[in-house]
Amino acid sequence: MSVYLLRRLIQAALVMLAMSVIVFVGVYAIGDPVEILISPDADQAEKARAIAALGLDKPLWEQYLSFLSNALRGDLGRSFVFNEPALQLIGQRAPATLELAFGATILAILVGLPLGLYAGLRPNGAGAKAIMAGSILGFSLPTFWVGLMLIMVFAVQLGWLPSTGRGETAEFLGMRWSFLTWDGLRHMAMPALNLALFKISLVIRLTRAGVRETMLMDYVKFARAKGLSPQRVIGVHVFKNILIPVVTVVGLELGSTIAFSVVTESVFAWPGMGKLIIDSINVLDRPVIVAYLMSIVLMFIVINLVVDLLYSVLDPRVRLESKG
Amino acid sequence: MSATTAGPAPTAAPAKAPKVETPFRRFVSEFFESKIATGALLVFVCIVLVAVLAPVISPQNPYDLAQLDIMDGRLEPGSRNADDTMTYWLGTDDQGRDMLSGIMYGLRISLIVGAGSAIAAALIGASLGMLAAYAGGRTDTVIMRLVDLQLSFPTILSALMILAFLGKGIMNVVFALIVVEWAYYARTVRGTALVERRREYIEAAQCLALPTRRIIFRHLLPNCMPPLIVVGTIQIARAIALEATLSFLGLGVPITEPSLGLLIANGYEYMLSGKYWISFYPGIALLITIVSINLVGDHLRDVLNPRLKK
Repeated sequence: MSVYLLRRLIQAALVMLAMSVIVFVGVYAIGDPVEILISPDADQAEKARAIAALGLDKPLWEQYLSFLSNALRGDLGRSFVFNEPALQLIGQRAPATLELAFGATILAILVGLPLGLYAGLRPNGAGAKAIMAGSILGFSLPTFWVGLMLIMVFAVQLGWLPSTGRGETAEFLGMRWSFLTWDGLRHMAMPALNLALFKISLVIRLTRAGVRETMLMDYVKFARAKGLSPQRVIGVHVFKNILIPVVTVVGLELGSTIAFSVVTESVFAWPGMGKLIIDSINVLDRPVIVAYLMSIVLMFIVINLVVDLLYSVLDPRVRLESKG
Repeated sequence: MSATTAGPAPTAAPAKAPKVETPFRRFVSEFFESKIATGALLVFVCIVLVAVLAPVISPQNPYDLAQLDIMDGRLEPGSRNADDTMTYWLGTDDQGRDMLSGIMYGLRISLIVGAGSAIAAALIGASLGMLAAYAGGRTDTVIMRLVDLQLSFPTILSALMILAFLGKGIMNVVFALIVVEWAYYARTVRGTALVERRREYIEAAQCLALPTRRIIFRHLLPNCMPPLIVVGTIQIARAIALEATLSFLGLGVPITEPSLGLLIANGYEYMLSGKYWISFYPGIALLITIVSINLVGDHLRDVLNPRLKK
């Protein structure tokens, strides 16, 4: 296990290094670094000073090394717009995005698992067909358009829920959270549902496919032949085996949920990281873009690592295979 | 679609009787057994026709500024224009543009970007996947590592990254979509090709000392087509949806060539004042397109997947 862990850690570090090169090349080589890192308002003398200070007159590999060492110390530049360290800005917006993503994930599991189980056990029933049709809709509907429609129906027409913003927040662990207040929850309802739609469909499909394939397995037939109750066969033998893919995917999807919250946050003006990155791209606030990309890449690598490790605990074959 | 590509496998060479059941005929008849999938295919064909014929059948050219009248801005669906010469069946946007025409032209952009990037990604991905499966060894490891890396990041993040570096524009969007999608094709093709290349007919072809290129393109590739078709269909729908999303976020196509996503984005600010139609109808068009492609793809998966057959 420790060899496996070490190997995965080294791999993760390598991927992070590769991504830092890509982001560096993307920002420093493709774009004009002078335009990117120095405020456009600066005059000629200021620019020259800044170029020297940032080391932009040095060779590219030297620039990369200084970019890397600054990044390792948590310094990814200052935002032009907010005049704050870019990383700090991302950190301030993170709780809003995280609570939205977690809310959506919880919603997806609570809704998706039971529906998928039902659809898998009675694949030819009318209920299952309706669920599957619904899940195709969930996959097909463009998230941003569903968000607009939710606003149109529940905020404009019915006036039940607030259309945009985060509402009242309460402090917990030194950060501001919406889910702790009633007003915040009301603001969160529509964005969380919007973000969850795709995941709900995904969980339904995974669960259904898993149930359908697992029900034909010999060990399920054997368990039934042994005279175990259907509840036990489904609840223990089937459920345990379909959980592996569902856990993997939901775990991996947490990262993708955070990434996709870019869309939901833009629709509902939810002040999280996603809204920040889109605004930053539109006003070319590139230190913030770099900081967002680097921190979200890091987050992905960590999530992938955790899911892989979890997977090797759930399914010993993965671990054994990598030894050979 | 792809009528020839799902052609008969060399091993199943049928007798020359007129009504013999070839794999392709079985596939067609199984596909049309589902009324939903048949209907979806029909709808999709209609959508493509509308997009292709847009300059001929649309009530106005939405990008010819001479035809637009700012006085007609934000009219409700069904209202007449100022000169009382035409009806705006789906209303107008803030510049007095007929939404119906806007949608027809928007469909063109959406379909071209979606299908174009999906086909390019399929070519690149399938070639690399085939290469990985056939060459094996280090080539396989390198390609599959890249695939793993690409797939471990969500599509929107990769696309966002590329567009943040390159800026907006149709070609940049297409490029971003190709980068995002090729890995799905590569993984699918490699998986199938690995299984197929151990079959007897490949061995037979190798024993005949056929050139490698011929074995890959004439023997291996046709038998890897079924999963490739399924992935391709789904990926076209995903590409269209992703393009719409990127355009909605203001990172996609330029305002001069609005796709459906950009039309929806234009209506966003009027949504809160109850002028729903500017966003609503382009969304419906987008929805019908994506759903019809997905329904076809979903059914193709059922028909082409032998594991689900009784």
